[in-house]
Amino acid sequence: MAAPFDLSDDSVVVIIGTGAGGGVLANELAQKGVSVVALEAGGRYLPEDYVNDEWESFGQLAWVDPRTTSGDWRVAKDFSGLPAWIVKAVGGTTTHWAGASLRFQEHEWKAATTYGPVQGASLLDWPIDGAEMAPWYEKAETKLGVTRTGDRAGLPGNNNYKVFEAGAKALGYTEVHTGRMAINSADYDGRVACQQTGFCFQGCKWGAKWSAAYTDIPRGEATGNLEVREKAHAARILHDDTGKVTGVEYFDGDGNLQMQAARVVCVAGNSFESPRLLLNSASSMFPDGLANSSGQVGRNYMRHMTGSVYATFEKPVRMWRGTTMAGIISDEAKHDPSRGFVGGYEMETLALGIPFMAAFLDPGGWGREFTTALDSYENMAGMWLVGEDMPQETNRVTLNHEVKDQWGLPVVNVHFDDHPNDVAMRNHAYRQGAAVYDAVGATRTFPTPPYPSTHNLGTNRMSENPRDGVVNRWGRTHDVANLYVSDGSQFTTGAAENPTLTIVALAIRQADHIASEMSAGNL
Amino acid sequence: MTQQAEPRDRSRGLSRRQLLSRSTAAGAAFVIGPGFIAAKDAAWAAETSVLKPATFATLVQMARDIYPHDHVGDEFYVIAVKGYDTEGAAPGIEAGIASLDAAAQGKGFASYLDTGWERDRVDILRGIEDSLFFQQIRGGLVTGLYNQKAVWPYFGYEGESYSQGGYIDRGFDDINWL
Repeated sequence: MAAPFDLSDDSVVVIIGTGAGGGVLANELAQKGVSVVALEAGGRYLPEDYVNDEWESFGQLAWVDPRTTSGDWRVAKDFSGLPAWIVKAVGGTTTHWAGASLRFQEHEWKAATTYGPVQGASLLDWPIDGAEMAPWYEKAETKLGVTRTGDRAGLPGNNNYKVFEAGAKALGYTEVHTGRMAINSADYDGRVACQQTGFCFQGCKWGAKWSAAYTDIPRGEATGNLEVREKAHAARILHDDTGKVTGVEYFDGDGNLQMQAARVVCVAGNSFESPRLLLNSASSMFPDGLANSSGQVGRNYMRHMTGSVYATFEKPVRMWRGTTMAGIISDEAKHDPSRGFVGGYEMETLALGIPFMAAFLDPGGWGREFTTALDSYENMAGMWLVGEDMPQETNRVTLNHEVKDQWGLPVVNVHFDDHPNDVAMRNHAYRQGAAVYDAVGATRTFPTPPYPSTHNLGTNRMSENPRDGVVNRWGRTHDVANLYVSDGSQFTTGAAENPTLTIVALAIRQADHIASEMSAGNL
Repeated sequence: MTQQAEPRDRSRGLSRRQLLSRSTAAGAAFVIGPGFIAAKDAAWAAETSVLKPATFATLVQMARDIYPHDHVGDEFYVIAVKGYDTEGAAPGIEAGIASLDAAAQGKGFASYLDTGWERDRVDILRGIEDSLFFQQIRGGLVTGLYNQKAVWPYFGYEGESYSQGGYIDRGFDDINWL
């Protein structure tokens, strides 16, 4: 049967969310002839719709449904109602992401073994490793057109990168280049090369950056096997008395509750909405929520150790021109406990426009210490720091029954306390980031606190032992055979790298697995 | 190398008639008549409809003292806070400015505007910076001031470039001092 599918059609795979995980999984399954209904809470925006204006674009794309926060992380103070900066739209946060596409380092698949016991951390080895993932990474890199992989050239460096590179080399760093980016350095896969326009975070109006919104989603739809239902907010996953899931209740664009029957359900709503949906699907058979016999749903929330360093110089940089994330230093990504922490971090250039710089440089700051920084905006360069943070059982997403969303569903509370390892790594990264800029004559440097989280990981983590996590090596829940998790919430640990490439690689691999299991009659 | 942009009339609650001048010179505000206030050099003037003129003049000065940019004219601060001149917002603003003046009096000044040096006003503001009123004004300014497209050129920020084909041929890598 071809799309659109009937609500009662219980032969379909229902995927909740259409981002890097769900969007890719939907297309990959559709290409294999599997019937898919994808429920997307947001609307559909394409390059012609994107707005190159920071706040206006935020209003268009950002997920701003209510959420609450707690814990000692600074985001809870600065942005108490906005713990994450992610997108509610077809294609999910692949519209907003910067494009950095890095493979995990070998040892990062085995963090518990490599780092040894870390007090207060719930480290665990992934049940998979780099060798197993290598072919899936290669498929992901080909799909996304990642620069500096295959025979694809790197992007040219912009002004912000040139300052960063000169500082890195002066400091003795050797692993510095314009990155492995899912942004075309030459026309590729029907999409044009980067025009150095900036505003990568607002959706690429050229389509030079890969996004599921205008690649995987329409290609999946073109097969006739994929139906994407926009403005469809999943509310609850239903199950039968054998414990298998049977369908998904969702609110359609008119606010009416619908139920789509399902053969398989794949949850890919990000590390907040995915555990929220499982917890909101509690029943008499699963009183603590679906797939939660371990009590691990919502736990081990990770958001990467982040921070930024901006610096001003005597002369103009004009960092906003060109690719937002235009280069990387990987020298600090290694695991070297002599620095006073386990794991490592990447340094990646970043630029914000004046409106976002005013909001994020020093949230709450005012007076001349703040405004003189902005007065030198034209002479400013910037980088983002992103490293592995420690999973902690108490860092978790829970239902907040005191606050309801527009559908009357309990929202999530996001609790996060920095681990001492996170703090030590951030302080080291601030020092090294400032040193990079000082090496090329910075007049001031600004250790800028974390933004609302873009890398939301864990909360349904992958584990060998069902006692330790929510899903197995395929993203299949330990408890429910036809229920999968397909987004970054399945990450066992976060590694230092931007997560999208790994989410995409896992989704391609999971599609292969689900199709095989369906053929074998196991699903 | 900041461009001296012509501030455009963005009409956020102010009409062109109300923005009397395009001069960017700063100057303390004063009341020139019922419901009408102006800078000493007539760089800007604004009518208020609900707020007392003296309250609005104090609010504009407070806005500048929170986010002082000496090369940005008062008209941008006026636009940034003009949204409080409504029936709904005015009572809270009147009360907040009254408390600000009271704080100034506690430090020996007749009012907030009676101070001479910015440091005196900053000292007063430090004393109330945890108040809801201060945080409301400061938080509103983050977007009210910096999200005015007309103010961006004063910081050298060029805004969108897509309509001009991006920077691929327009200086994305033109840095020449490294």
